[in-house]
Amino acid sequence: MFLSCADPSALSGLNWLICYLTTDKQLMFYGSFLVVLLLLVVVAPVALAFGFGGALAARSGFWPLRMLGKTYTAMVRGIPDVIFFLFVPIALDQGLEYMRHKVLCPDWTAPIRQGNDFLVCPAAKLPPTDASPFYQESYGFVLAVIAFAIVFGAFAANVISGAMNAVPRAQLETAEAYGMTPGQVRRRVLIPQMWTYALPGLSNLWMILIKATPLLYMLGIEDIVYWARELGATKSKIYAYPHPDWRLWYFLGLLVFYLLLTRVSEVVLKRLSARLARGQATMAGEALRKVGA
Amino acid sequence: MSCLDTIADYGLRSIGIGERVLPRGDGIGLCEQFTLIGSGLIWNVYFGALALLFGFVFATALALAKASPRAALRKPAEWFVFVFRGSPLFIQFFVTYEALVLLPQGGLHLGGLTIPTGWVTSAWSGALFVLFLNTSAYAAEIFYGALRAVPKGDLEAADAYGLTGWARFRRVVWPTMLRLAWPAYTNEAIFLFHATTLVFFSSFPAYQQRGDALYYAKYFADKTFDPFIPYPIAAFYFVLVTLTIIGIFGVINRRLNRHLPQAARPRLRIRPQLIR
Repeated sequence: MFLSCADPSALSGLNWLICYLTTDKQLMFYGSFLVVLLLLVVVAPVALAFGFGGALAARSGFWPLRMLGKTYTAMVRGIPDVIFFLFVPIALDQGLEYMRHKVLCPDWTAPIRQGNDFLVCPAAKLPPTDASPFYQESYGFVLAVIAFAIVFGAFAANVISGAMNAVPRAQLETAEAYGMTPGQVRRRVLIPQMWTYALPGLSNLWMILIKATPLLYMLGIEDIVYWARELGATKSKIYAYPHPDWRLWYFLGLLVFYLLLTRVSEVVLKRLSARLARGQATMAGEALRKVGA
Repeated sequence: MSCLDTIADYGLRSIGIGERVLPRGDGIGLCEQFTLIGSGLIWNVYFGALALLFGFVFATALALAKASPRAALRKPAEWFVFVFRGSPLFIQFFVTYEALVLLPQGGLHLGGLTIPTGWVTSAWSGALFVLFLNTSAYAAEIFYGALRAVPKGDLEAADAYGLTGWARFRRVVWPTMLRLAWPAYTNEAIFLFHATTLVFFSSFPAYQQRGDALYYAKYFADKTFDPFIPYPIAAFYFVLVTLTIIGIFGVINRRLNRHLPQAARPRLRIRPQLIR
């Protein structure tokens, strides 16, 4: 990076450290923090949408849809989410390859599952074997995002359906008394009113989501845990920057990163919940009203 | 080979009893998967039950410290809870493992006494220690919230009866705290059991391929390249574990609330709040 770093073996002390912290590998490590933030930013809205769909389905009048919604919300209660994180990407991968196989190679006769192998025709392979490394990486990342969205969507569906049940019955009945249709009641009263009840649960969920991001490592993504293990491991004399086992320091760094992230989120979410409590017929809303008066 | 033979060979495989070589190739059938994943569940129950047991005591102490007016007690408790609730369990496993690895291999020498250190880096001790600290922090926060919600009237009644100090805590504050905290604590117990699946995916090695349920499920998924059998089996076992926990905690909940009229007894509701 810097010109003065050309010969690392001649460096010492602070200069050595500065040069060490700006090597290409280190920069990739810093970049992987952005991957974590990207995951958070992408997963949060998608999971919210999934949760919304799940909660509405669980309240639907049409029973197959209601069963589907209820199953979806119930599944994360009994089953560890780690299982979903391992299961969903590989199941999706095989499902997509299977569909592509059916479309792209209709005259392929060999069975797809042969003993302990999953064989599709070469054209159906995902990601394509001739794809660029970037494509290959992003494919894994997208599968991870979908796994996260499904699991956190189920958590969110729990929170949102609880919040929908918490909206006072009288408010919905008032809307009905004004002659609104069920759809109008949902759009104009239920959904706007539900947020104040959903926010504590959703804040909790956001914290959980932050703390779930290191699981990307289990899905084979080159995330911060991967790089911390890689860079922290003992580097012998053959490396430009030899050092003993520093993994503890790298992981302590990650610990501090997560503590900061959760702390900042906590402060922001507290403000947001105060904002949403304004004018609500709840204890928090009442407290705000008294302060204002 | 019948399924009973498989159970005899692999039923206790996860604790090192029985057949040494794991099934592979065409030897992997439904029965093998059910048996071995079930065998791995021993570890999940071991980690979950012991962490919960030790954690319960420590969490009570932490909650009391956090509610203490003395800063010397309150501050450390607050920091402990903040660090363990604010960071991912997965990272806590890594940090602890790397810290334990740095202990001198030959053992600690303390004034002529040598304390062996080799055992602390294995999963049964190291991972249990992390899970214990982690669940203590989460439970402490639950107990702290419940402690602050103990009705003033209960405390005044205790004063009126002349109860002070330990007797007041043991007979009034503590039971009420538990009663209030129990639904949330049940939830914590369920998700602690779920969190035990992370152990063998962090640095802790599965010595001689003795792993937990998910370790074997992943083993089968990698070997057969078919995720649709081992993971649902593991999920099935965990649903059973969850139902068992709800059953046991429900019995305790009824006992805690036995003095209340039927309708006023709080029912347990499972709310998700997992992955740490």
